Amino acid sequence: MTENNIQTYKELEKLSNKKKLIYRWILFIILGIFALYYITPLYVMIVTSFKTMEEIRQGNLFSLPGSLNLTSWDVAWNGQGFSAGDVYLKTYFWNSVKLVVPAVIISTILGAINGYALTKWRFKGDSYIFLLFLFGTFIPYQAILLPMSRTLGFMGISNSIYGLILVHVVYGLCFTTLFCRNYYISISDEIVKAARIDGAGFFKIFFKIMLPISAPILVVTVIWQFTMIWNDFLFGATFTFGEEAPIQVALNNMVLTSSSVKRYNVDMAAAIIAGFPTLIVYVLAGKYFIRGLTAGSVKG
Amino acid sequence: MYWLKRNLPRLVIAPSFGVIAWFVYGFIFWTIYISFTKSKLLPKYEFWGIDQYFRLWSMPRWHVAVENLFIFTILFIILCVFIGIVLAILLDQKIRAEGFLRTVYLYPMALSFIVTGTAWRWILNPSLGLEKFAHDIGFETFTFDWLVTPGMSIYTIVIAGVWQSSGFIMAIFLAGLRSVDDEIIKAAKIDGAGIVSVYTKIILPMMRPVFMSAIVILVHLAIKSYDLVIALTAGGPGISSDMPAVFMTQMAFHRSEIGLASASAIMMFLTVSAIVVPYLYSELKREDDRK
Repeated sequence: MTENNIQTYKELEKLSNKKKLIYRWILFIILGIFALYYITPLYVMIVTSFKTMEEIRQGNLFSLPGSLNLTSWDVAWNGQGFSAGDVYLKTYFWNSVKLVVPAVIISTILGAINGYALTKWRFKGDSYIFLLFLFGTFIPYQAILLPMSRTLGFMGISNSIYGLILVHVVYGLCFTTLFCRNYYISISDEIVKAARIDGAGFFKIFFKIMLPISAPILVVTVIWQFTMIWNDFLFGATFTFGEEAPIQVALNNMVLTSSSVKRYNVDMAAAIIAGFPTLIVYVLAGKYFIRGLTAGSVKG
Repeated sequence: MYWLKRNLPRLVIAPSFGVIAWFVYGFIFWTIYISFTKSKLLPKYEFWGIDQYFRLWSMPRWHVAVENLFIFTILFIILCVFIGIVLAILLDQKIRAEGFLRTVYLYPMALSFIVTGTAWRWILNPSLGLEKFAHDIGFETFTFDWLVTPGMSIYTIVIAGVWQSSGFIMAIFLAGLRSVDDEIIKAAKIDGAGIVSVYTKIILPMMRPVFMSAIVILVHLAIKSYDLVIALTAGGPGISSDMPAVFMTQMAFHRSEIGLASASAIMMFLTVSAIVVPYLYSELKREDDRK
């Protein structure tokens, strides 16, 4: 009797193990299909960028190139060498670098100081000020485009990198302040109180105590701002034209207004170049990237 | 000196506060005011009333844009949330390659909408894209020309948009699932609940705030969507995939209709506010309740 029971129990276990295995496989297949869905466009972009136009017309989206042809990469980066109507990325890539570095640094520093002042030196009305910043992260930029373009004109910095730096610092400020405020609010007030009793002032506490423990949120903020500014198209397209444009605007011009003959291989090489910096940041620091996305949106 | 010390935090905030007050809120009020004037190429400041809004809502093109926004937003939300939840739940089953899969699902989020649009414009190309691939593997009559078909091109924007953003929704749902106490799941399993009912009856209802955030973010993204439309269809063919954000820029910078453009921008602003204000109110209330 007991022996019999043990046997059925073992069989049951075996059966459920088998069932479990099948479930696992179904799970992996579904996850695999989704992985294919996400990875395919990148694969298509890469193989297309190495093909000649002849190979593109003859093969299909997924066929491999005959050889690693680097011509379209060269054309996308350096242009074809003639002066009129030749669009390429080199100039605009460096425009974006010159824009992104100062804009990210300034908006992050201001955001950190704001977040610190709003959480550790509470004053009357501070929560209302925070609310203004918070709501600022949601506004559709169409509602400020027209006055902004006039203001840049008045200031004499329209169609320049400086103008774009100003725009990105101003509208990035809402995000950086929000991130830092949400981080500093979780840090105990006791440390700050103790330091104040010891006679430390506003900036001393900020530089000696807060900044050294801020590395996690600063990384998140920098990555967020970098991605936002590098990927921006609306501000770039509205406030700059010609040689001053940032990379996304140049990419779009290249794809839409290139000569009558479509050069899909060059388009794809250009798209990869324009997406490369943010992709690298994401692959190297994806953890922080995700944390930024969730920190910025989930927490009010 | 004492005054300075006492007010230092305020003084530090003041410049940023001033900048936000002017460049965000001041500018919004300027746009609101201009939407009540006759401004064409240059702003005029005499008050005209709400005629621009009447003009706006009598324009067939604006109706196309609003209708497209509606289609796009609904499909975009449904697909992103569905894919996001499914992937988050599957990834939460203690998968071995989780880190790798998460990276793969999320990388499109790092790419700009212009890069996304450029890639999908090529993939969906009617003569050399997916259609050609289908012909090559034997489906001779397969046609896929949504990109150049009025009435269908809006759906290509949905396809590319979902590809770009669904991984992000997965990430916030996964973060939500991870914050659910394991004990609750164990207890439910001991009580004999199956894995499916554990999720549908216990875990998903607990994630209501996550649903809320996901939907608010997606609506907000959808209303702002401009880059993707420009890169993928440029609002075409014709104006068939126009969206409010594209309409606004067209009117403001190509048609010299500043007043009308401002009116459309304010419509967008009001729509976002109608969704975001109650959301922020409930979020902040939750934060206060926790204290």
